[in-house]
Formats: sequence, C-alpha cells, structure tokens
Amino acid sequence: MSPTDAPDQREPAQHEPGRREPRVTTVLSARNLAKAFGSNVVLRDIDLDIRRGQVVALIGPSGSGKTTVLRSLNGLEVPDAGTVTFAGSAASAGPGLAIDFSAKVGKKDIAALRDRSAMVFQHYNLFPHMTVLKNIIEGPVQVQKRPRAEAIEEAERLLARVGLADKRDSYPFELSGGQQQRVGIVRALALKPQLLLFDEPTSALDPELVGEVLGVIKELAEEGWTMVIVTHELAFAQHVADEVIFMDGGVVVERGPAAEVLRAPRQERTKLFVKRLQHDV
Amino acid sequence: MNWDLVWSSFGPIIGGAITGTIPLTLVSFAFGILLALVVALMRLSPNPVITGVARFYVSVIRGTPLLVQLFVIFYGLPSIGVKLDPWPSAIIAFSLNVGGYAAEIIRAAILSVPKGQWEAGHTIGMSRPQTLLRVILPQAARVSVPPLSNTFISLVKDTSLASLILVTELFRNAQQIAAFSQEFMILYLQAALVYWVICLVLSTGQSVLEKRLDRYVAH
Repeated sequence: MSPTDAPDQREPAQHEPGRREPRVTTVLSARNLAKAFGSNVVLRDIDLDIRRGQVVALIGPSGSGKTTVLRSLNGLEVPDAGTVTFAGSAASAGPGLAIDFSAKVGKKDIAALRDRSAMVFQHYNLFPHMTVLKNIIEGPVQVQKRPRAEAIEEAERLLARVGLADKRDSYPFELSGGQQQRVGIVRALALKPQLLLFDEPTSALDPELVGEVLGVIKELAEEGWTMVIVTHELAFAQHVADEVIFMDGGVVVERGPAAEVLRAPRQERTKLFVKRLQHDV
Repeated sequence: MNWDLVWSSFGPIIGGAITGTIPLTLVSFAFGILLALVVALMRLSPNPVITGVARFYVSVIRGTPLLVQLFVIFYGLPSIGVKLDPWPSAIIAFSLNVGGYAAEIIRAAILSVPKGQWEAGHTIGMSRPQTLLRVILPQAARVSVPPLSNTFISLVKDTSLASLILVTELFRNAQQIAAFSQEFMILYLQAALVYWVICLVLSTGQSVLEKRLDRYVAH
C-alpha cells in the first residue's frame, strides 16, 4: 500500500537537531477512563497515549477490561468518567477532539470518535446481505459521502492488496473466516481512519487461518498505520507491537516496550499470565 | 346440477375478487405493515410510556375478534358522530388488525439480528436510523417473510368479513346470487374455490420471495 493509504500516519520527515527519529506526535490520549456496571467495576483509571504510527497491544485475561477500553475508543461503550483527546491532523485539516465522559456525551461526540477510528471485530460482523464490495463502500459512500466510483476503485485496490480481488462480488457466507476477517480489515481501512482498532481479530478463526490475518495486520503496522490491538497472540504482539499494555481487573498492571513486558515482566500477575498463555500455545 | 348458473356466477364472483377482495387486501396490508413497523419500533423504545402504548394496542387487537373490530368501526362509531363508508371502515379495521399481528413479527425479526450488526453499522459511522434502515431491516425482512406471508394469506380470507359491513367483494357477490337462486351449496363452494386459487398463487409467490431473500445465506 502506498503512503497515501495512511494519510495521517506519517509526519513529514523532520529531523530535529541531535535526533535521527522523526518527531513523534500523539494521535490519541485517554485519561482516567472509568466504567462500572452497577457495583462491578470494569475500568479504573486507564491512561493511554498513542503516538502516530505506533502499534499498541492490549493483553490480559478475559474480563480484564481490555476490550472495554478498545470499544470506548470507538464509542461502542461509553465510560462513566475520564477524557479522550484526539490530536488534530494536518493532513485531514480536522480540528482536535476532546471528550469528557464525566459530562454529558452527545451523539455528535460519539460520531466524532467514530470518524477518527475504525473497528475490526472478533466475529468480523460483515453485513451478510451485501456483497464484499458493498460491505466496503457502504461507509465511504453512505456516511462519508465520497463519490461512488472513487470508493469502488479504492475498495478494489484494497481488496487486491489483501489477495481478495476475485471475491468482490461474493457474499460473506461464501468466504472462509480468514477471508471474511480480511474483508473486515479492508472495510475499516476504506474509512481512512486515524486509528485502527482490532478486537481479538483472530480469536474466532481456525488455527490454520490465523496466519493470513496476522500477516495483513503486520503489513499495516509496517506501513505506519496507528493501531490498538486486543489479542491473545503473544508471539504476534511481541513481533508487531511497539508497546504492550497488560490489564487485569479493570486496571493497567504493567506497560512498556513489547519485548520487556512479554519477556521480562516485572509484575507477578503479568508473569503468571504470560507464562500460562505461552504454555497453552 | 345447474351448470348455466355455475358458469354465469363465476363472472360476478371473480369480479368481486378483482374489484373488492384483492384491492382491499393489498391496501390494508400495506397500511398494516407500515403501522406494524412503527409499533414494533415503539415496542423496542427505551421509553416505558411508548412501549406501554404499543403493548396496549397489540393486546387489544389480538385479544378481540376481527368481526367485532369491524362492527365497532362501521356500526359503532356513528353513534359518537363518526360516520364512515363501508370501504374506509373495512380498510381501517383490517389495517389495524394486520398492524397488531405483524408488529410482533417485525419486532421479533429485528431482535433476531445479532447485536454485532448494529455495532458494525455504528463503527462505519452510521446513525441509529441509518443502521436500522440499511443494515438491520434488510436482514429482519428475510426472517419475517414466512410469518408475514401467513398474515397476508389470512387477510385475503378475512376480507370476506367485510361482506357483513356491506362491502361489495367476492363473498358478498356469491351470497347475493345464492339468496336469489337458492343454490347455496354451489355458490359457496364456488366462492371457496376462488379464495383457494388466490391463496395458491400467493403461496407460490411466497416461495419465490423466500428463495430470493435467502441468496446471501449459507445452505
């Protein structure tokens, strides 16, 4: 995929004195996200900072709150408190966005969140009554009001990119799980979001189909897309993620560079979790 | 057997179907489905007052005989100053009736669409109404075609009740010829035959529609 696919992902090559890396920019900041269902606290004091082009893996046992964090970034869950801030981006000339969940959150706020991020679901959630192509262009044409011809061209290019050019007129039920998930990824990409969110993208797949989906995600990472991935694939997380965040019981237990957290965890709970999962594999 | 009578009666009976039974069915069903959609959405509203109104309506319609509903509208309403002609009375009664039954069918069909479909619609930026229209209802339609077809076929037969509020339709024409000729058996069997043929045609149409809507589902 050419860099134009990820319009907001890369900073112009800007070399600061004494540093060889391009300047890093924060795409998203979340502060003190909290949520409870009745007396059951699912999130407490969650902070996140995601830089442009960064890949963050959220790991943890089920019920740890990692999926809730991810869904909050797309407005599929609304936290009770905390803030989410999206940086304005030069490329899309869009203004920044700041949402305070302690105040009343309106439809416009949620819509603005969804404008900036796109979600890939565990169970793909493709629209079964639409062909692959229609699934992909639905958002660009119906919501973003982009010209249909342009959206189709873009969809075909993205489909070819994930090896599914010949499936454009198929219905989802005609595809394997791995193919459906690749369409799910293309549907998210077609929205040109600033941030891609993956909710256990390979958990519903047969083992032999996991590789093809992880391969696509890895390539997106290399192209500079900014991504948050909830996953149980620790080897993959270590390979692709810049930062790993381990959650348990609704709080962040440990965070840091992928290799550190996964190879040499400091916290007891992280050690246990990593050990157990590696044994399972 | 009075074959001359048989042949000459088919004209008015089929004529009654074409000018009475069929348009009455189509118009009532169309209004009824629209009403049912509104009531189904009311039933799914988070507002307890709105759901309460919808439940009450469905309960009254399903809990009282259609014939009584027809009589209340045509013979009852004039006593409180609302005088309606036979046709509007029949259309109102049948539409309200279809609305009550179909509302439950449509509500169940909407609920049968997985929650993930709503979320997928939202994540690509669609509003709730947009998701409902473009994602949920097309899938709910597939689920609700078989039960709605049954409602439709029942309605064809139920329109014979309109003969009792003086609507000129298939059965009323048969009744009048029967009373005149005193050939009750022949005329009522003829009427039954015409209803049956109409329903056979509709059943075929239902299968075709179901096949069409099933094209995106694994078999």
